[in-house]
Amino acid sequence: MSGGTFPPTVLNVAIIGAGPAAFYAAEALLRDGPPATYVDMFDRLPTPFGLVRHGVAPDHQKIKNVTKSFSQVAADPRFRFFGNVEFGRDLSLDDIRAHYHQVLFATGAQTDRRMGIPGEDLRGSHPATAFVAWYNGHPDFQDCQFDLSQERVAVVGVGNVAVDVARILCLSREEMEQTDMPRHVIEALSQSRVREVHLLGRRGPAQAAFTNPELKELGNLADADLVIRPEEAALDELSRAEVDASGDRMLQRKVDMIAEFAARPPEGKKRQLLIRFLVSPVELIGDTSGTVRALKLVRTRLVASASGTLAAEPTGEFETIETGLVFRSVGYRGVPLPGVPFHERWGVILNESGRILDEASNEPLRGMYTSGWIKRGPSGVIGTNKPDSVETVAAMLEDAAAGRVFAPVELPREAYPATLESRGLRCVTFGDWCRIDAVEQALGAREGRPRAKLTSVAEMLACLEAPAENLPHAAAAAG
Amino acid sequence: MKLESILAAKGPLVITTGAGTSIPDAIALLAHHNIGAVVVVDPAGAPSGILSERDIIRHLAASDAPAGATVGDWMTTPITVATPADDVDAVLQTMTARRFRHVPVVERGQLLGIVTIGDLVKAERDDFQGAIESLESQLLDA
Repeated sequence: MSGGTFPPTVLNVAIIGAGPAAFYAAEALLRDGPPATYVDMFDRLPTPFGLVRHGVAPDHQKIKNVTKSFSQVAADPRFRFFGNVEFGRDLSLDDIRAHYHQVLFATGAQTDRRMGIPGEDLRGSHPATAFVAWYNGHPDFQDCQFDLSQERVAVVGVGNVAVDVARILCLSREEMEQTDMPRHVIEALSQSRVREVHLLGRRGPAQAAFTNPELKELGNLADADLVIRPEEAALDELSRAEVDASGDRMLQRKVDMIAEFAARPPEGKKRQLLIRFLVSPVELIGDTSGTVRALKLVRTRLVASASGTLAAEPTGEFETIETGLVFRSVGYRGVPLPGVPFHERWGVILNESGRILDEASNEPLRGMYTSGWIKRGPSGVIGTNKPDSVETVAAMLEDAAAGRVFAPVELPREAYPATLESRGLRCVTFGDWCRIDAVEQALGAREGRPRAKLTSVAEMLACLEAPAENLPHAAAAAG
Repeated sequence: MKLESILAAKGPLVITTGAGTSIPDAIALLAHHNIGAVVVVDPAGAPSGILSERDIIRHLAASDAPAGATVGDWMTTPITVATPADDVDAVLQTMTARRFRHVPVVERGQLLGIVTIGDLVKAERDDFQGAIESLESQLLDA
């Protein structure tokens, strides 16, 4: 796609959020927009990159390579980052309308979907995302407590997040020492008494969302045997037909690998990672203190829906897993933003191909756009946000060319958001982030790790105030 | 990937009509909204059929004029419906095998939206593009 068909006017865009969808949108705007396109990106955290930093597993550093291309976008002089600024608290929609032509919301799917079963809120039952945010050093989740003295853990779901959680619970100390997890997390996980991790899938091997490399990785853990029941690895007739009809060799390989793992005797490692298929949680059973003691499951069987999807149906046959720690990972949804129309059923901003719609008229709202998980819901990998954001940006540039934009007051670029700082906010620029980044990498290097994350906003801001040669955290780590 | 991730970015508006609508009015509706099919709903809002361009062409070829004919006379019924949790892959395979291009998405009897084969192909294309994008960024040092 190339720009040039619309008048070369100034286009000031605010992007709320700094994850992959935000950066892919910034990249597309700066590439395809008029030369005088300016992008200001805001995030409530001082650090950019969203789930690349706080979601992608700490033992999957290669996936985080994508931040290098995001940093190239940030190097464009027309791009500015303002971290530590929260939309709705520090920055209102009126502020944005007064200073920008357009705004794009890319705030992601920040909350988890609930299972909707009794006992879900017992002590010891957690959203998997809270655990992920904790082990990835997200400042809001460092006080979370997970009872790692439990010997048996249940993880509900077999998607990427569930698989990550199960694997992290099984890592050896040596494996953890290769990651960028905060030191206190490594220490807590090293003390863990977890011996069995049960990954629970509602459907069968052919419907499991994990990829073949992820499965292979589970089979090659230093400290954990991968255990799959042969009877659950075997495909039912409908699944067999589905795999055959799909002609998908990767899918065929996946079901073959699952069968191979099921046939492999455990080596007697310290832990077992059990993948279960065709089971669905029906109740968390607590004790008198309100703590989870067991998870009741119903076995399921697959039935074909009208449209051809194989769906799980309960059989009426139950089983119970004794466990005091349960993580649910059964889907995610967005959180409504002040003044921005929301679609409750889908858990996303109300939109059509990225244009935010008015709730009453269903017509596009001037100047307002969305991309990423808060636009389409949680699906795909990091790269999936690129075509998604490119679609939204095409709509933005089409509307800008037609003059369908906010009518901001013309201010010199330097003057805004200086007004935010006058309100007492400490905005973190991309240059500031580079300094935090350097400190974290230096701290990590001393331990032979890619990075050691700072886990509080105060720590991050403190390292920005310190003289470069005397960074308190670097000094503390040295001492 | 599930159908709900397609519906989420399609807007909440679904164009529907009743079985009693006249054919010329239905054709005007398709033209006005620039769509290839309209979901026919019963008074309770549940889908009872679909009237597509193909239905119209087939009936026009077989009869003289649409005078007096209604949507109920020309629509395809019964129809295959999907749920928001259905897999894009499976639905695409079913649509290709059974040669239809529009699927109403229904939950507890209520129509939530419609997905076209174009929507599904675009979703799959974006999914593949995204996977390639991610694999490239892992392999190459930006």
